[in-house]
Amino acid sequence: MTNDVAIEVRAFSQYFGEVRKIRGLDLDVHRNEILGIIGPARSGKSTFLCALNRLNDLVRGSRREGTIRIDGRDIYGPDVDVVALRRKLGMVFATPVPLPRSIYENVAFGARMAGVHSRDRLEGIVRDSLEKGGLWDEVKDRLDTSGLKLSGGQQQRLCLARILAVAPEFILLDEPTSGLDPISTMKIEDSLRRLKKDYTVILVTNNTKQAARVADRTAFFLSGELVEAGPTAKIFTAPDDQRTDDYLRGRFG
Amino acid sequence: MKRLGPRLEEKAARTGLWALTLITVAVLVFIIVFILSRGLPVLSLEFLTKNPVDMGKAGGIFSTIVGMVALSVLAILIAAPLGVGTAIYLTEYTWGGPLTRIIRFGAECLAGIPSIIFGLFGFILFVTKLKFGWSILSGGLTLAFMLLPTIIRTSEEAIKSVPPAYRLVSFSLGSTKWQTVTRVVLPSALPGIVTGIVLSLGRSIGETAATIFTAGSALRMPTSLFSSTRTMSVHFYILAREGISMPKAYGTAAILIIAILGINILTYYLMNRFIKKYS
Repeated sequence: MTNDVAIEVRAFSQYFGEVRKIRGLDLDVHRNEILGIIGPARSGKSTFLCALNRLNDLVRGSRREGTIRIDGRDIYGPDVDVVALRRKLGMVFATPVPLPRSIYENVAFGARMAGVHSRDRLEGIVRDSLEKGGLWDEVKDRLDTSGLKLSGGQQQRLCLARILAVAPEFILLDEPTSGLDPISTMKIEDSLRRLKKDYTVILVTNNTKQAARVADRTAFFLSGELVEAGPTAKIFTAPDDQRTDDYLRGRFG
Repeated sequence: MKRLGPRLEEKAARTGLWALTLITVAVLVFIIVFILSRGLPVLSLEFLTKNPVDMGKAGGIFSTIVGMVALSVLAILIAAPLGVGTAIYLTEYTWGGPLTRIIRFGAECLAGIPSIIFGLFGFILFVTKLKFGWSILSGGLTLAFMLLPTIIRTSEEAIKSVPPAYRLVSFSLGSTKWQTVTRVVLPSALPGIVTGIVLSLGRSIGETAATIFTAGSALRMPTSLFSSTRTMSVHFYILAREGISMPKAYGTAAILIIAILGINILTYYLMNRFIKKYS
């Protein structure tokens, strides 16, 4: 793992109307790492992900302070192409949301929106993405059935494959396994470990053990602030802050 | 009054609601049977394909069918893009501020205006001011304005019922707003939008007051957008009102009812196929 900084967050605050969801965040994300983000509900974890791909812009009354640089460029700068930015950061949501169309069309969606129309290229992209998402073997014979007919775990891997089809650099996961059984969870975690050599992964999770299992570094959020971030082993065994220790031991949250 | 036991109460509720439903269905069946039993004997191929003769005492109703179709199609062609476009703008492109609420309120008020007022408005604006005369164009435009509120309302509801998560997914995959609207939101909302349009089509077929003022009541076969024409419902009204021919009036009514039922059944069929294909 190199310590090449891919995302640099400085003094970042996010407001919705009068409510401040994130305050004064300073955080680096290194290239090709899995950064786990843990913390109790309402600590600003999901808001942070949606600040990175600017989905927060879609919320009424959204405003922010500070800067976020991705690959050295301020993503809230005036000449930023938001559509291109979002292609660069694929996001998987807590509840799997297949669009009401076939498995094939779900995966091809992003590529089509990006202007890929050649049948051969689309087929290649779909197959490649489903393989990377660890779903190809299960669905290769029924690509034209509805994505809604898959099981919850399969749907979530479909969502993962769907963002891979857009060829992102970053994968943002917002509690991707919160509704899944242990075996489906394991499959997703396996995919993430494989993916990290090509992508930078940010994994928000309610399950601290999951962070311990897959994250290279872990950040602990509390009430919209970063308490501390560091190598996962250190956070889980010898955290600097008492609150991190309390949270991991289940004393609150 | 002494309270009934829960089991008895359940039974009474079930029977009561069943009776209410029965009354509703019975009224519908009665109307249909009443019209069809008097109208069907008049029907023949000739009735459908021959033009009215002698003010409608004899002959068929072909020119009024043509008039009705022309007027309704024109109205839908104008109202559907306007209404669906407005609905998309209101739901997807605004935050729902005061202006949106005023537009929505205006549209709803429009829905409450009696059709005869629309007829008068159409007569003054299209027939006399813009000098379109009594014509398919005047009638179609008037009907279109009358249908707009319904189409806006039903389209808005259909668009709002598309899960917000679909939009988030679409945006997060790097779609523009327009791509999200056309590729994700509209396909999911289409069944609801089409249902709304078909309902308004049914309403435009049955509309009498607004069309008699604006399209006139000429029995000649229309030849252009500027021809005056008589729709089936106007024809029925005149036949019955002036006592020209009750059998012909019932025949016309039967065709009207069959047309509306047919459109509804066809729509349900198409919608079911569409929904099966996409979910």
